Amino acid sequence: MANERELTMSKAIAEAIDQEMARDHRVFVLGEDVGIYGGIFGATQGLYQKYGAERVMDTPISETAFIGAATGAAAEGMRPIVELMFVDFFGVCMDQIYNHLAKNTYMSGGAARFPVVLTTAIGGGYNDAAQHSQCLYGLFAHVPGLKVVVPSTAYDAKGLMISAIRDDNPVMYFFHKGLMGLGWMKYHQRSVTPVPEEAYTIPLGKADIKRTGKDVTIVSLAMMVHRALDAADALAQEGIEAEVIDLRTLVPLDRETVINSVKKTHRLVVVDEDYHSFGMSGEIAALVAEDALDYLDAPIRRLAVPDVPIPYSRPLEQFVLPSAERIAATARALME
Amino acid sequence: MNLSKEQLLSMYRQMWTIRIFEDEMAVAYMEGKSPAFDIGSGPVPGEMHLAAGQEPVAVGTCMHLHKEDTVVGTHRPHHFAIAKGVNINKLAAEIFGKETGLGKGKGGHMHLFDVEHKFSCSGIVGASFPPACGAALAAKKMGKDWVAVAFAGEGAANQGAFHEALNLAALWKLPMIFIIEDNSWAISVAKQLSTAIPDNSQRAAGYGIPGVRIDENDVLAVYEVVGEAVRRARRGEGPSLIEVKTDRLYGHFQGDPELYRPKDEVPTLKANDPIARLGAQLHEQGIATQSELDDARAAAKADVDAAFLFARQSPYPAPERALEDVFV
Repeated sequence: MANERELTMSKAIAEAIDQEMARDHRVFVLGEDVGIYGGIFGATQGLYQKYGAERVMDTPISETAFIGAATGAAAEGMRPIVELMFVDFFGVCMDQIYNHLAKNTYMSGGAARFPVVLTTAIGGGYNDAAQHSQCLYGLFAHVPGLKVVVPSTAYDAKGLMISAIRDDNPVMYFFHKGLMGLGWMKYHQRSVTPVPEEAYTIPLGKADIKRTGKDVTIVSLAMMVHRALDAADALAQEGIEAEVIDLRTLVPLDRETVINSVKKTHRLVVVDEDYHSFGMSGEIAALVAEDALDYLDAPIRRLAVPDVPIPYSRPLEQFVLPSAERIAATARALME
Repeated sequence: MNLSKEQLLSMYRQMWTIRIFEDEMAVAYMEGKSPAFDIGSGPVPGEMHLAAGQEPVAVGTCMHLHKEDTVVGTHRPHHFAIAKGVNINKLAAEIFGKETGLGKGKGGHMHLFDVEHKFSCSGIVGASFPPACGAALAAKKMGKDWVAVAFAGEGAANQGAFHEALNLAALWKLPMIFIIEDNSWAISVAKQLSTAIPDNSQRAAGYGIPGVRIDENDVLAVYEVVGEAVRRARRGEGPSLIEVKTDRLYGHFQGDPELYRPKDEVPTLKANDPIARLGAQLHEQGIATQSELDDARAAAKADVDAAFLFARQSPYPAPERALEDVFV
């Protein structure tokens, strides 16, 4: 590991797709600006130059048509990777995603397979306002039939992408814009990690304990993992050892890792950049209440976007997004 | 053309207001973003889509509209807002994220709402058409001669919403005008690589309504063609579809490396600037003196400078105001 090169998350994702395209001729990419531009967030950088327009297809702004086409091509045995530029744009094509891609396997009694990877950009913090800053992975995790992947580091991103491509089910793969390592957007340095050059997989449904601790469990994913780690660093100065769990996938959900951690620490904070109500934070709180209630020494605490659209203006947006300071304060309060 | 000198000078001035607004916004946008460019830094953060070069379509159209007529714009909305009469102080303040902005800083540059001037826009491609249908439907139901205009880029003509709205508007004979701004680029994808036919106005035939293509980025050409469509709509004869060739002088967004764009394209477009052309035309035809043209431009600059000053001097909203306005 010592001399291993480091990659940004966008390069790790592009490398994973590249290696799978080289390995499997059925894999192809389609979406808006995925070709010459290399994806607005760099997830398909270099692929057009290597594989050409036949396998890296720029599409019209017609999400219903091209995401539906990915489903149809997958049914024929192809393995499309299709990009929805921002998750916020799901509204123009949701029927093809949730009534078809997500349900067709079930409705066919398991006979039909749809090995589609649907990639999409999530996250705020850079003042892009209500229609370009949401996470919404909770919404897609709510719908049965979609696996949901949300990496927080380059290492995880590559392994999870390769697993997603090889999976015979539809996988929604959410990448946080502020973790991609873009030249034009500030990113969390911790998302840049050593990444092996060879292909490797990380199983879907396996959370990762990003930091071990005995006092309080902080469960999160994507950008909020890094904020939680920042908070844990601050808490450590005060003698509080937080355990930070990166769920990495919401579907399947690694209940066991969460439960085991809470049994050890007896305290739970869930941090989510998605909306507060009816989402990931409630789901994690519920499973702990169901399976580890007796182990809790303090009430479960949730930090999430307080059920308002993401506002544009900086002081408003910073107010609604969970910060490392608020995470630390919340965890600290549980220790008192 | 039945335009008075005052109207022509007003169009000229308005185009300058838009151009200067966009050029000054481009400069303000870069504040706090160097040496390292970070989209979230500076007094104007977030994505910024500027419409310099696209003035003719907005100004030529809105000259026909009244306050009661509805305009729905796009993610690149400033030119439409200014042409529709939105207060530019409030417009600028919104873009600076200030409490005095159109949406108290909640919406930002892609999400502008001016209820009084019946202007709105959206960051979602193709989203302008359905609500404009609704505005036109309401006008019809209320017995008014109001019209609704939906603007969208040529990339949006490949959205389902465009075709659904065209059919609906044609079926119900709605007083509506669909206007496609063809600036040749849907971010990095050229029109010929995204659209099965070269001229979107031909798609009108599929819905049995008039379709007109305007091949020059010219405010008077836009004025003439849109005038017919607006009159037709006010007479209750239904919608029209117009596609206008126009020029995007900046990138898709500020910071766009534009590696996909031929290097000589923008200089060529700038050499054919629609504002300069109108000015030369007015001068050559003896309609306006050079000093009248200069005054119009200076007045536009004064308006924009005042708007930016207002925006900069306005306070930010208190953070907890984020929790308000989800419901009325």
